[in-house]
Amino acid sequence: MGSVSTSHEMGLHEEQLAGRTQQMYFSASEEENFTYSWSYEVDFDKAAEFDAADMEISDINLKIRELMKAGHGTITVQNPRAKHSLGVGILNRLNLKFEGSLGYFGCGLIDGPNVHITGRVGWSCAENMMAGTIVIEKNAGSLFGAAIRGGDLVCKGQAGARVGIDQKGGTIIVGGSVGAFTGFMMQRGRMIILGDTGDNLGDSMYDGTIYVAGKISSLGVDCVETELTDLDRKYLKGKLDLYGMEAPNGIDSIVKLTSGKQLWNYDNLEPTEKKLVL
Amino acid sequence: MCGIAGLIWKGGTTSDIGSEMTQMLQALKHRGPDSTGFALYGEGSEGVFVLRFKVAEQEEMRKGFNIHRQVIERRKTVGERMQEMGAEIIDQEEATEYAFRYHFKFGGDLKRLIDYIEDIDGVEILSVGKGLELIKDLGDAKTVSDQYGLKGFVGTHAIGHTRMATESDVDIRSAHPYWAYPFSDVSVVHNGQLTNYWTKRRDLERRGHRFMSNCDSELIAVYIADRINHGDELEAAMKRSIEQLDGVFTYLVATSDQLGMAKDVMAAKPMVLYESDEFVGLASEEVAIRSIFPREIDTWDPYQGEVKVWAA
Repeated sequence: MGSVSTSHEMGLHEEQLAGRTQQMYFSASEEENFTYSWSYEVDFDKAAEFDAADMEISDINLKIRELMKAGHGTITVQNPRAKHSLGVGILNRLNLKFEGSLGYFGCGLIDGPNVHITGRVGWSCAENMMAGTIVIEKNAGSLFGAAIRGGDLVCKGQAGARVGIDQKGGTIIVGGSVGAFTGFMMQRGRMIILGDTGDNLGDSMYDGTIYVAGKISSLGVDCVETELTDLDRKYLKGKLDLYGMEAPNGIDSIVKLTSGKQLWNYDNLEPTEKKLVL
Repeated sequence: MCGIAGLIWKGGTTSDIGSEMTQMLQALKHRGPDSTGFALYGEGSEGVFVLRFKVAEQEEMRKGFNIHRQVIERRKTVGERMQEMGAEIIDQEEATEYAFRYHFKFGGDLKRLIDYIEDIDGVEILSVGKGLELIKDLGDAKTVSDQYGLKGFVGTHAIGHTRMATESDVDIRSAHPYWAYPFSDVSVVHNGQLTNYWTKRRDLERRGHRFMSNCDSELIAVYIADRINHGDELEAAMKRSIEQLDGVFTYLVATSDQLGMAKDVMAAKPMVLYESDEFVGLASEEVAIRSIFPREIDTWDPYQGEVKVWAA
């Protein structure tokens, strides 16, 4: 199956990237567009760990940076004790593990690292994440994955309200239930919720896709149900298998939701899910 | 933005809740450094009430004309009026120059006694209860706790508040927690804004309730008191408040033997919850709970419109 027909079957747009930024600065064939000039060369086999129990937030983040600068590609932070703003702004390839829980704004503004958190995370985890993966073994607070643009953000427990608010790309997966206004003003990307959802799911969403395996309390304005295709099923199985997760009643029980809004103001769309124009 | 915290030991277990709540609120200092308040529920003695009251604001003590003499006179009048109403003062303690703690026995109409005391110019009752002791003042948790000697306060449950003043003054009157006048042992802390404050306040005032401040959080305390007066159980009163109060809020309410939490339908204000077989801890941020449980624990966010009540 060719890539064009595949994208059509998945409901992807075929618009060309015509935005000024893409025209002037972005070339997919140039490596420098995928790395930062100030990022560090790290070796994943070179590991380090430190205890953050008695450290201040800025000292913990600086320590991670220093270890990356010294070439450590695998870093374990013990006892983060729900401190805020840990692991933020990492623009590097890195295996980062937090043995414990993070507070608010954990791992925000990251681009590239693979993060594993054995505890839970507070509000606004991974806000504005660009790329990489974050896997959380326990629960997440509200505003989980707010405005993420790329990467995989996975919570194996339940998450609070407004999950994926203003999501612009990437994938958010929640193993349990989520609160009200999940997917509020979602613009692009995909969200997979394996538990129940609160009220106003996908309210005012412009674009993007939400998959829900559990009970939906109520849909918000502009959020409409659409058909689950074979490619959706393949995609869902692939993603869930990747993180050792599964829908409680099987893939076929999952409901697919997209935007029913007609986008009068958008004329330079990135490749994304098809909208059902009402 | 304010920070709130609550804790309750189940099954009648007691602990040093004074120190525990101080640690929790100190961890939330960044959410509001203007004032800190504690509602601590001690073991109490049968038939004995604890009265916490103030006779001046902290700032008045620095600037008020002839204030030191007024403080002495106001306190003296409180004692006289209590005796006049038939209250037997067992002991009295000067927590600060302007705030006092009395133990007393009384078998009459508590509301009449409270109204008579508060009728004294400059006097405000912070709390009356058999277990409740409400302490609030300007400064962070450690400052207030040290000032009032809260370390070593033994009890079953507590709620507390660190305040960032947004809609009313930086003074003790506007600090949390609020006691639900005139019901002994009921107190409230709140994080958020009520948008139908004046409508509801006028409604409650018409029914005879009094407001000491212009702080919207006081409305919740008075509202809960009103519902209890109508015969509602605490949980029913709180569930009703979710429908009746408009705005964004998370609040905690405590009675002599219960602790409850309620969250508005938007879930706009934070709350993290930890529950084990013997203990429940709640706070605006997990760091507060971690301050007394440094080991790894499982916590979660309650959902929108959720009401929960636990018994001591």
